[in-house]
Amino acid sequence: MRTVKHVTCPVCGCLCDDLELTIKDEKVVKVKNGCALCKAKFLGYSKHRVLKPLVRKNGRFFEVSYEEAVSRAAEILTEANYPLLYGWSMTSCEAVSAGIELAEEIGGVIDTTSTLCHGPSTLGIQDVGISSATLGQVRHRADLIVYWGSNPLIAHPRHMERYTIFRKGRFQKEKRKLIVVDVRKTETAETADIFLQIKPNMDYEVLQALRALIRDQELDVDEVAGIPTERLEEIADTMVECRFGALFFGSGLTMTRGKNRNIDAVLSLVSDLNKLTKFIAMPMRGHFNVTGADMILTWQTGYPYAVDFSLGYPRYNPGETSAVDILLREESDAALVVASDPVASLPRKAAEHLAENPLIVVDPHMSATARMADVVLPSTFVGIESGGTAYRMDHVPLPLKKIVEPPEGILSDEEILRIILSEVKRKKAEQMENP
Amino acid sequence: MKMELIIRNGFVFDPINGVKGEKMDIAVRDGKIVERVNERKALEIDASGMLVMPGGVDIHCHIAGSEVNAGRLLRPEDHFKYSERKTATTRSGSGHSVPSTFTTGYRYSRMGYTTIMNPAMPPLMAKHTHKELNDTPMVDKGSFPLLGDWWFVLEHLSNGRIEECARYVAWLMTSTKGYAVKIVNPGGVEAWGFGHNVHSLDEQVPNFNITPREIIRGLCKVNKLLNLPHTIHVHTNNLGKPGNYTTTLETMKCVEDLAADDKPVIHITHCQFSAFKGSDWKTLRSGAEEIARYVNNHSHVTLDMGQVVFTDTTTMTADAPFQYTLHELTGSKWTNQDVETETSVGIVPFRYRRKSYVHAMQWSIGLELALLIKDPWKIFLTTDHPNAGPFTAYPRIISWLMSRRAREATMKKINRRAQSKSLLPSITRELDFYEIAVMTRAGQAKALGLKDKGHLGVGADADIAVYKINPEELDPSRDYKIVRKAFRRAAYTVKGGEIVARNGEILKHVKGATLWLKVKTSQQTKVNEDLKRRFRDYWTVEYENYPVSENSLDISHPINVEAKI
Amino acid sequence: MKVILVTGRTVKQGFWKEYGKFSKAYMESVSVCYMDARDMERLGIKDGTNVQVSTKHGSTILKALKSTRGKHSGIIFVPYGPWINGVVDPETDSVGMPSFKGTQAEVEPAPEKPVLSLEELLKKQFRKLNR
Repeated sequence: MRTVKHVTCPVCGCLCDDLELTIKDEKVVKVKNGCALCKAKFLGYSKHRVLKPLVRKNGRFFEVSYEEAVSRAAEILTEANYPLLYGWSMTSCEAVSAGIELAEEIGGVIDTTSTLCHGPSTLGIQDVGISSATLGQVRHRADLIVYWGSNPLIAHPRHMERYTIFRKGRFQKEKRKLIVVDVRKTETAETADIFLQIKPNMDYEVLQALRALIRDQELDVDEVAGIPTERLEEIADTMVECRFGALFFGSGLTMTRGKNRNIDAVLSLVSDLNKLTKFIAMPMRGHFNVTGADMILTWQTGYPYAVDFSLGYPRYNPGETSAVDILLREESDAALVVASDPVASLPRKAAEHLAENPLIVVDPHMSATARMADVVLPSTFVGIESGGTAYRMDHVPLPLKKIVEPPEGILSDEEILRIILSEVKRKKAEQMENP
Repeated sequence: MKMELIIRNGFVFDPINGVKGEKMDIAVRDGKIVERVNERKALEIDASGMLVMPGGVDIHCHIAGSEVNAGRLLRPEDHFKYSERKTATTRSGSGHSVPSTFTTGYRYSRMGYTTIMNPAMPPLMAKHTHKELNDTPMVDKGSFPLLGDWWFVLEHLSNGRIEECARYVAWLMTSTKGYAVKIVNPGGVEAWGFGHNVHSLDEQVPNFNITPREIIRGLCKVNKLLNLPHTIHVHTNNLGKPGNYTTTLETMKCVEDLAADDKPVIHITHCQFSAFKGSDWKTLRSGAEEIARYVNNHSHVTLDMGQVVFTDTTTMTADAPFQYTLHELTGSKWTNQDVETETSVGIVPFRYRRKSYVHAMQWSIGLELALLIKDPWKIFLTTDHPNAGPFTAYPRIISWLMSRRAREATMKKINRRAQSKSLLPSITRELDFYEIAVMTRAGQAKALGLKDKGHLGVGADADIAVYKINPEELDPSRDYKIVRKAFRRAAYTVKGGEIVARNGEILKHVKGATLWLKVKTSQQTKVNEDLKRRFRDYWTVEYENYPVSENSLDISHPINVEAKI
Repeated sequence: MKVILVTGRTVKQGFWKEYGKFSKAYMESVSVCYMDARDMERLGIKDGTNVQVSTKHGSTILKALKSTRGKHSGIIFVPYGPWINGVVDPETDSVGMPSFKGTQAEVEPAPEKPVLSLEELLKKQFRKLNR
């Protein structure tokens, strides 16, 4: 029996790094400090594992060596004209870096799950910028917290405990005020001082109304999205009167009507509030390293997601070069999925085309996507069986630890991608010699 | 074993060793300059009729880290027109003012630069900075942690605990793999945590019993106690505000008594932004004369220019309150990122226009500073990339410094009123290649305390630039366009003894080392224990997860520093 | 009955996905449809009755559960997952993001129709598994 301390949690964007794990016979048997999602992962991850590379022949999976599976994968990728490399949010920065190099080498498109969660937030930031901060700044200073279209008690269970409502900070010892805006009374909403239940698809109207109100403009309507104007005035006053406000927004804003326009509005509201007080905003990033994938893509190519290398240089045009659009237009002719389960998460029409592509999946689990694959390359659990770096939702990088040995012979995402890359290069060099 | 190399017959400018354009050969073995090599076996570069200089050194360029990346993210429109294709040797990339990492390395290398310093690293984000630096090829690099508003610094200095403060700084420098102490708008950045700022050296910092003057003096003493190779690196209070040249003078004066043996104790960075006279934008004038006069009479200061070029760019600094002002002034989009217990950053896109009075004055002020300060070892060529323009504009700036005609050609095109207020028409000085070599490599290396960089003496790193300029035939005053072109594309760039670029083409993608300080003090264990105990009251990450591990640097080059304490 | 479909995260979905997507627990956590009690009354169904949720993009069978999340008449809430993905609007409005929340949908009782297992669902939806 041994314990490992200060472990970073590879589940959600909170990236709590204070876990204490008890290990017995190379298995995690106890998790201290973790939330329910964290415990589910550390105690349950080893079920439904794939332990041998698989290649589909005549509709059926056959167990093969890594060598054979990698060779088949490299063949698929080298032959493809417009391959899509998708996923990347549940793996290490080091693996993403290898993935970018591979995408560049084969002239493919690399897109992350950002495209399905906070892609519109990125577009909003590119339109108007973002006033933001690290979570510790919020903890030390914020007296007003707003969760908009986000349900942290469920999706980021320790967010409120570590950074906002239930945590004291240097300049904030008293209880903070909590506003929740959502279309239904979520678990988080139940703990709020003020809950605004707005009509679905009307966030934009509410946000713009608040922008008008904080500028002391009067609204000519009695209600917006089901909320009486006087109530909105109260909210606007609360926002203006705080000393440091922090607004966290979730997919409740990015996935509804308006999408990136909602984000323009929320970021503009927060920017405007800085004329009157201090206010910051932050997207509640979901998967544990979706932020890291954005970051590396940005520093290596200039663009955060949906990067198309088919012309030999990075090109970026979400709506055109983003995964769902490519799949709906049925343009990709091969796909590599790493650390994600798009068959379970994409709209079916997009998933259908993905499944029709020669499909390579790198994943520790038999996921719905792996079930559709032509090549399955089993990998380690990043942050449990292999280490690396991940980024918290506020862009703070943290180390992921290797806590237990992986099952014998199982490689990490990074290792698998590196050997695919060198196999691709070898095959290309071969083709150059014998055209 | 690496190949031997000999660079023959070039006009060598090696100011640190007093070489001023003599024709000589430079021999290289195993990445170092040596006395001689086996001439029959060595690879030869024929540098006849060319300039040979140490590889360029940049003391201040924001090329990597969380703030630079936030700038890249904010500005896809900066990248669209500036794409670089993948080649057999190079990775692809994009960007004009905030280029992607690989591209950054290649562009520096094409200009003959081999060492660069990234001047603003939020300590909590140090892992990020180093990851980007790992991905910045072709150059050796270092990074300056932002320390002027770190709560531990404010607390220790306000209690007069200089030695304890020094040990904390030592811990942080080593933990973040940093190279120098960076101070940005001291006190103002902490005040920004609640949306405020400070406006003079003697204003109290809110919530902390300390003033900017005490922070600067305190860290200057800390820097000396620790024996760090570079001085404190200061972005002044009131940067970017009319009338701020007095703050700059006061800042330099406030550490005058801490100097000894004529050695610099403070570096004022991107001084152009801190050399404004006047009471508002309409009455803006140059404060370059006053600053130059002071610097000419004192030896404890070095500066860099922060030269403005007329282009579209991205401003980014830890001076977040200033960036907010810029956002209000321009109405451009604005990104802000405060970092708990440490610092902040603000980003605003910006275009310097020739026809704007203020921008044209800024252009003039930078050049005035460089030309009025007599000693080139005291002022270095930078654009505070990308704040006053991208680093790719250096060749243009070199031509302005070397040629009155080049200055006049630009002067004719700028705002009329600025033409009449500029001091440039009265300045006849034209720098020579020796002075340029000082301002772009030797002086910068010396100020940074980089013993093996910035010169071509035996034992130095074989980082060398060869430019297609024949100083015997060419008159840089008249032929400034040829000078510009030559500095844009080095004929050869040698990094670590290998030819990595030729005539603007990257021949080899090499990694380049990360330079950082391993600072040794006595009684460090006690400080580390104290930090560990208090860590969770300050940050939201664990003490154990905060440091940058040495093995996360692709090529680590620690520099051992023995502190006086 | 016409409703607005909102998909999203639930604690069970978040929990059980870590145990594997083919587990029964995962299926039971995401192949459900949370409804306002009054809407259920209006449809004449009980807690646990299967319903068919349809949009112009497709339809699916889910088990209706009474929502404990306050009143939200006219809105149904379904956890993210393969069961509802055939029903949501794939339109990205040229920004890359499909419309996972706020889609117009129709709910009707379907007590006799079974909720499919993931394997059955994939087989039904994907040609690749039937070759």
